[in-house]
Amino acid sequence: MRVNFTVNGRRHEADDVWEGESLLYVLRERMGLPGSKNACEQGECGSCTVRLDGVPVCSCLVAAGQVEGREVVTVEGLADFAAHRSEQHPGSGCASGACGTALDRARRWEAGPAGEERRDTGELSPIQQAFIDAGAVQCGFCTPGLLVAADELLERNPEPSDADIREALSGNLCRCTGYEKILDAVRLAAARAEETV
Amino acid sequence: MGVTGNPTSINQGTRTKGGIGESTLRPDGILKVTGEFAYSSDMWHEDMLWGHTLRSTVAHAEIVSIDTSEALATSGVYAVLTYDDLPSTVKNYGLEIQDTPVLAHGKVRHHGEPVALVAADHPETARRAAAKIRIDYRELPVITDEASATAPDAILVHEGRDDHHAGHVPHPNIVHRQPIVRGDADAAAARADVVVSGEYVFGMQDQAFLGPESGLAVPAEDGGVDLYVATQWLHSDLRQIAPVLGLPEDKVRMTLSGVGGAFGGREDLSMQIHACLLALRTGKPVKIVYNRFESFFGHVHRHPAKLWYEHGATRDGKLTHMKCRIVLDGGAYASASPAVVGNASSLSVGPYVIDDVDIEAVALYTNNPPCGAMRGFGAVQACFAYEAQMDRLAAELGMDPVEFRQLNAMEQGTLLPTGQVVDSPAPVAELLRRVKARPLPPERQWEVAGEQADVRALPGGLSNTTHGEGVVRGIGYAVGLKNVGFSEGFDDYSTARVRMEVIAGEPVATVHTAMAEVGQGGVTVHAQIARTELGVAQVTIHPADTRVGSAGSTSASRQTYVTGGAVKHSCEAVREKVLEMGRRKFGTYHPAWATAELLLEGGKVVTDGGEVLADLVDVLEDEAVDIELEWRHRPTEAFDLRTGQGNGHVQYSFAAHRAVVEVDTELGLVKVIELACAQDVGKALNPLSVVGQIQGGTIQGMGIAVMEEIVVDPRTAKVRNPSFTDYLLPTILDTPTIPVDVLELADEHAPYGLRGVGEAPTLSSTPAVLAAIRNATGLELNRTPVRPEHLTGT
Amino acid sequence: MDFLRPASWEEALAAKAEHPTAVPIAGGTDVMVEINFDHRRPEYLLDLNRIGELSEWEVGQENVRLGASVPYSRIMEHLRTELPGLALASHTVASPQIRNRGGVGGNLGTASPAGDAHPALLAAGAEVEAESVRGTRMIPIDAFYTGVKRNALAPDELIRAVHIKKADGPQQFSKVGTRNAMVIAVCAFGLALHPGTRTVRTGIGSAAPTPVRAREAEEFLSAALEEGGFWDSRAIITPSVAKQFAALAAGACNPIDDVRGTASYRRHAVGIMARRTLGWTWESYRGNGRSTEGAA
Repeated sequence: MRVNFTVNGRRHEADDVWEGESLLYVLRERMGLPGSKNACEQGECGSCTVRLDGVPVCSCLVAAGQVEGREVVTVEGLADFAAHRSEQHPGSGCASGACGTALDRARRWEAGPAGEERRDTGELSPIQQAFIDAGAVQCGFCTPGLLVAADELLERNPEPSDADIREALSGNLCRCTGYEKILDAVRLAAARAEETV
Repeated sequence: MGVTGNPTSINQGTRTKGGIGESTLRPDGILKVTGEFAYSSDMWHEDMLWGHTLRSTVAHAEIVSIDTSEALATSGVYAVLTYDDLPSTVKNYGLEIQDTPVLAHGKVRHHGEPVALVAADHPETARRAAAKIRIDYRELPVITDEASATAPDAILVHEGRDDHHAGHVPHPNIVHRQPIVRGDADAAAARADVVVSGEYVFGMQDQAFLGPESGLAVPAEDGGVDLYVATQWLHSDLRQIAPVLGLPEDKVRMTLSGVGGAFGGREDLSMQIHACLLALRTGKPVKIVYNRFESFFGHVHRHPAKLWYEHGATRDGKLTHMKCRIVLDGGAYASASPAVVGNASSLSVGPYVIDDVDIEAVALYTNNPPCGAMRGFGAVQACFAYEAQMDRLAAELGMDPVEFRQLNAMEQGTLLPTGQVVDSPAPVAELLRRVKARPLPPERQWEVAGEQADVRALPGGLSNTTHGEGVVRGIGYAVGLKNVGFSEGFDDYSTARVRMEVIAGEPVATVHTAMAEVGQGGVTVHAQIARTELGVAQVTIHPADTRVGSAGSTSASRQTYVTGGAVKHSCEAVREKVLEMGRRKFGTYHPAWATAELLLEGGKVVTDGGEVLADLVDVLEDEAVDIELEWRHRPTEAFDLRTGQGNGHVQYSFAAHRAVVEVDTELGLVKVIELACAQDVGKALNPLSVVGQIQGGTIQGMGIAVMEEIVVDPRTAKVRNPSFTDYLLPTILDTPTIPVDVLELADEHAPYGLRGVGEAPTLSSTPAVLAAIRNATGLELNRTPVRPEHLTGT
Repeated sequence: MDFLRPASWEEALAAKAEHPTAVPIAGGTDVMVEINFDHRRPEYLLDLNRIGELSEWEVGQENVRLGASVPYSRIMEHLRTELPGLALASHTVASPQIRNRGGVGGNLGTASPAGDAHPALLAAGAEVEAESVRGTRMIPIDAFYTGVKRNALAPDELIRAVHIKKADGPQQFSKVGTRNAMVIAVCAFGLALHPGTRTVRTGIGSAAPTPVRAREAEEFLSAALEEGGFWDSRAIITPSVAKQFAALAAGACNPIDDVRGTASYRRHAVGIMARRTLGWTWESYRGNGRSTEGAA
């Protein structure tokens, strides 16, 4: 079957999609967006978390056909999504499209030879920067899903308590960090946001 | 065209200028947070096929027949392979003993053993075709424990063993046996005022790395193959892969892809050979990605164990003797079982001084899932048991459990049961003191003034099982002893190639090793070492591959020590070469070139007094210095097979934990409130990474204490819970706060005085949690993980 | 496999009538796991996501008419007052991501004894609005669960909504799992006090082949409360009454040993949860709710 939907602000079309494919598979294998991760494919780990019409969901449990005409934000588009939210629509996320160049960037990374890491903007979303700074990234396989979930938490609740952070991230498994530095990262992103207000 | 998702060279930007000892940030951090970091499952190639593995549905059976005709006739299928299609006379592989068939032949020995392979144009096509392969099994009785393995009429899991352990084991279903005898345990037992003995059971833990086994094999024009894969040791893989493919090693070119965690579970091969076989057969690139269900069958697990211990002590609290027998279930194939036996036996005494010991450890061959390396291998199981014994002895003697441990703690100079002297700092008593001295976390944190009870802070969490009813706090302590690096005479070396040149007007170092970065932060540390040794800001970490010599495994807490040591060693050689060039060019201009101790700092050659002699840019000009060297730690010896004597270990690592738990004693649910850790790391090359390792290791230890276990049906030897629905990993709502206290007492034998970090916290965390639960409930609890049934007597 | 994408409820009913083996998919949190793990290959997937009304609810005089696909996160957020038991149960469902997708219709369709919504629905009292091209029928929740993962739906029927009685008294829900979040129930217990009718209702999950009510326990407690004049006096319930209620609740279980827990533990835990939830609801009824209602 054919499926059309918007990812990170760009229209996408996928052909010859097998009806049993998940959104995760289509993103990873058909659209060149492998940032969302395939750790469990049973909704238990959150590594594949994306925003579907703004709502965080496990993309492994969304049938590809269910996304027809809808809007998806993945980790590859998170920086632009966050930038658009703070610049254009303070206080809300952008699920309306034309949010930037994340896909382009991802595409060029894939096509490029090894050894040439380039970034157009050098910009990361606050939560991405906080994960790096706090040491919340080890193997990094859980990171994309955690970033999407944590970004949505801070959008909803800019000053979460530790218990709020734990609850919001309880659907995202991490095997490397013991979660302490992930908590640090979310606290750091929240504190930095408060400073800039 | 070409492979996409190729691993990238990582450039440390000018933002991070730190050398060793600084918490510089990960060079791969940006790629990992933007989703651009290419993990092994992210590989994609035009025209690639998908490989699929058909696995046995029974644990032990003769294969009567395999019919692949219908699968082969399926549209979209390019190849179906069985044992009969293997191209070489070498058809087995294995880390130490080559007992593992690439595809089952004549017999399957465990549930989920690979039997056939399919390559097709879509994963679903491959799955449907695999379902059409007909295998006729004749089931055999299953061997599942020591009694069934060593019964007089036991079926041999492996007939006709001729491996190097076969000659000294008491039964062919025992992989390896290591006794250690020192002093006279029976005579010493007569001096004991108190004797405590117990039997302990340790469940089967899974590494549960989040990135499933995966990779891409691309056939090459020269008849060879390029393999992109997530592994812990490229060269060990290569040594096992090439002979099975019938290719020389230089025709199997391996590149490390992004690794989504490892923890020991990627030390053995999984899909590597399978993908290469399919690629070579079809002439097309083949990608294999396990799903979570398959991943539970795709790698070895932590050995479950039964441990019997006896300890004695005098009235004044001094240990008199220890006897123990440790039976590890290695499952159907050897994997790392011999090394696990070596660790379990030689570290069975723990970080204590006991002169008279009688120790035996064995690993069994059974039809259970194969077990091998997992963080803390062998030492973890022993620590769970001996720390329970320490608490029981302290209780018998009416002593404080921490004081009792401190009274018997080993220190530098202590003689181990193997006869080896601990010749570097061993601050066991101090680590215990530090965790004990910490203030306790506040009680009843679920109570919020004027508000409803916050169930997130209570046992049961969001499930709303208690609002404080039945909840009792408990506190427990434990400390552990782990070896660092490969022991028992293994030639444990690493290789580093370091290049220094001027690029765009700046001196740049490139570090090329085959070290598997599995998340631990080796790439961060290598750049720090190069900066410290070569005085450059810019360091490029070359992708890990087999174009450079072996780095050894990312396991046994060894990489910072051994490959870090190799990087340091090669950097020193590069520095010498650069200084030589400097002397040649500029030596006549300044006497210090000949007389002073010279360093490279801030892009310049400086004297130890800080005087600048030259810019590196001017020394190097358009020349590059490029040196590849091996480096090895001091040699070790094998343990004597009869007495266990020998200088078997390189270095030791120590951590202590205090666990604070709250137990709903009526429902048997546990909430771990805090796991405080103190660990000696010798020298923290990157403090942020060190703390991250300690916290992560701590939580893996907590997992096996309260929830993680692969459950194997004892009647069928089949795995009952191969999914993340029923194999439970701790979530962020299960994990406690983890304050970490890092000691840095240098080991003078090691580079920079550092000590391997990764495994020690996994040892002591489990027994500390168990001790705390015992403290809260008063129950004996000789098994881990603890289940609600055990706590409620139901 | 075919993917059917009806744009309206009528189209969905027509598709189900034409293809009775079609598997409805809404949140996908059950169906997609089975597909990803190759446990199920339905001939047709019937996507219900495009039917907006399934994600809506109406609060009436007596009942809440809850669309089959209203996500658990919306129930937690918006229906805490009307459906406190179901809101608590919703909060225990899997993870935030799953709660954003899954709804009660899926729980009912799968009819697993471990479904988190069932005990709350049984305790509150509910009817399932099932519809086919042949017409609509209301299936009482007590008659809905017919066996292990089987329900009373006809092959051509779809669940449109659930009509749940609005709470007229305190309700509680409690579930045992060996993890503090994202866990499938080892067993679960729901309790609703109905002061209007001076009755109590219960629901037990994961401790019998189907979700069940502890009828004897309900009858015992209703009688004890009535006879003791507790509804009027709002006095503290006698410990012996709570104990007997717990024992009868445990006795209503017919559990098995499985990889998640033993039968005897399940019986034991249901008894403990029965006693505790009774304590919490009764304290709340007495007017001391703030300190006893669990919150997160």
